[in-house]
Amino acid sequence: MQVEITVNGQSQGHDVEPRTLLVQYLREVVGLTGTKIGCDTSSCGACTVLVDGESVKSCTMLAAQADGSDVTTIEGLAPDDSLHPVQAAFHEHHALQCGFCTAGMVMATVSLLDEIPDPTERDVRLGLEGNLCRCTGYHNIVEAVLAAAETSR
Amino acid sequence: MIPAPFDYVRARSAEEAIAALAEHGDEAKLLAGGMSLLPLMKLRLATPAVLVDVGRVRDLSYVRDAGEHVDVGALTRHRDLETSDVLAEHCAPLRTVAGEVGDNQVRHRGTIGGSVAHGDPASDLPALLLALDAVFVVRGPGGERTVSATEFFHGFLETVLEPDELLTEIRVPKTTGGFSYQKFQRRAQDWAIVGAMAVRNGATRIALVNMGGTPLRAVAVEEALAGGASVEEAAAQAADGTEPPADINATPEYREHLARVLVRRALEVASG
Repeated sequence: MQVEITVNGQSQGHDVEPRTLLVQYLREVVGLTGTKIGCDTSSCGACTVLVDGESVKSCTMLAAQADGSDVTTIEGLAPDDSLHPVQAAFHEHHALQCGFCTAGMVMATVSLLDEIPDPTERDVRLGLEGNLCRCTGYHNIVEAVLAAAETSR
Repeated sequence: MIPAPFDYVRARSAEEAIAALAEHGDEAKLLAGGMSLLPLMKLRLATPAVLVDVGRVRDLSYVRDAGEHVDVGALTRHRDLETSDVLAEHCAPLRTVAGEVGDNQVRHRGTIGGSVAHGDPASDLPALLLALDAVFVVRGPGGERTVSATEFFHGFLETVLEPDELLTEIRVPKTTGGFSYQKFQRRAQDWAIVGAMAVRNGATRIALVNMGGTPLRAVAVEEALAGGASVEEAAAQAADGTEPPADINATPEYREHLARVLVRRALEVASG
């Protein structure tokens, strides 16, 4: 089937099998591998992207369901070599250890701060409950999200 | 993990969805947000030949004040429930429990109708709708019928929905009484190992999550309370008549213990 999806501002048209998952589409068809496949069971959040501005787990959505939508991946957050304020805060606060969960954490954070621009620490921890860090580096991730919220205000 | 191949049909209206179901029979499954169905399809536990996507039937996404009750479109997302002003005023329990489902990403996609039609006894919303005595509006080729929450859930992942029927609306009685949902889980976003809700709307109604093949009312507790028992005494009967499952998270005995503790806590908060 034909899907038309705008990925990071560029409209794309592809013929895909109906069973193609959005994460597969992004990584294998569009060639953007910043979005990771972690647990592949919608638990870990490593595959989080924005669909029409809201965080979703792209391993549990069909490309067909995103037909006609705007999808933003980690590659599309900031132009060229610049960093989005959330990326800059993660860098500044060393909010990663192995880095595998980072793209998903950053995308979930962008969506969270859009919904709650001035979060408490509890809001951040609850808001990121769908993103797991197997290195258990949550302390600095929460610090980075709170700092990003402050920068963005 | 990739689902088995299927044909994809996008329905633009409830009528188109019902027509597609009529055409493909029980080979077809409805796809709403996909938060329950897609994981099953990826594990190949579900292998429908045809997926009828109702995710874009926007006129089934609404929360309306309908006088005695609140009408909720079946395709309303959890996110829209947890931020609804109508629910804040007239049915706070639904707003609160919608915010307890999964995580942000799941709530951006998942719908109340999808959760109800999936009929998972471990889900939050089916048990709440049982406690609230909600009514489900179901449409099929022969027209519309209504089913009470008490009669809707039949067995594990089974409801009274026929293969050619679509759940279109959930009618929820208004409530401003005390309420509490106690959800016990190991990881923040997990399903409840056991959950207990208490709703005080005149009488007290209590529903249990993951204590059997369907969401359940804790009838013995309700009757004990109506007969004048204390919260403590009534909650001791929370597991009466249940047959809780055994799985990696808990034995049946542990679930029975959790039910008694969580019902007591829910009653204490709802009465406070």
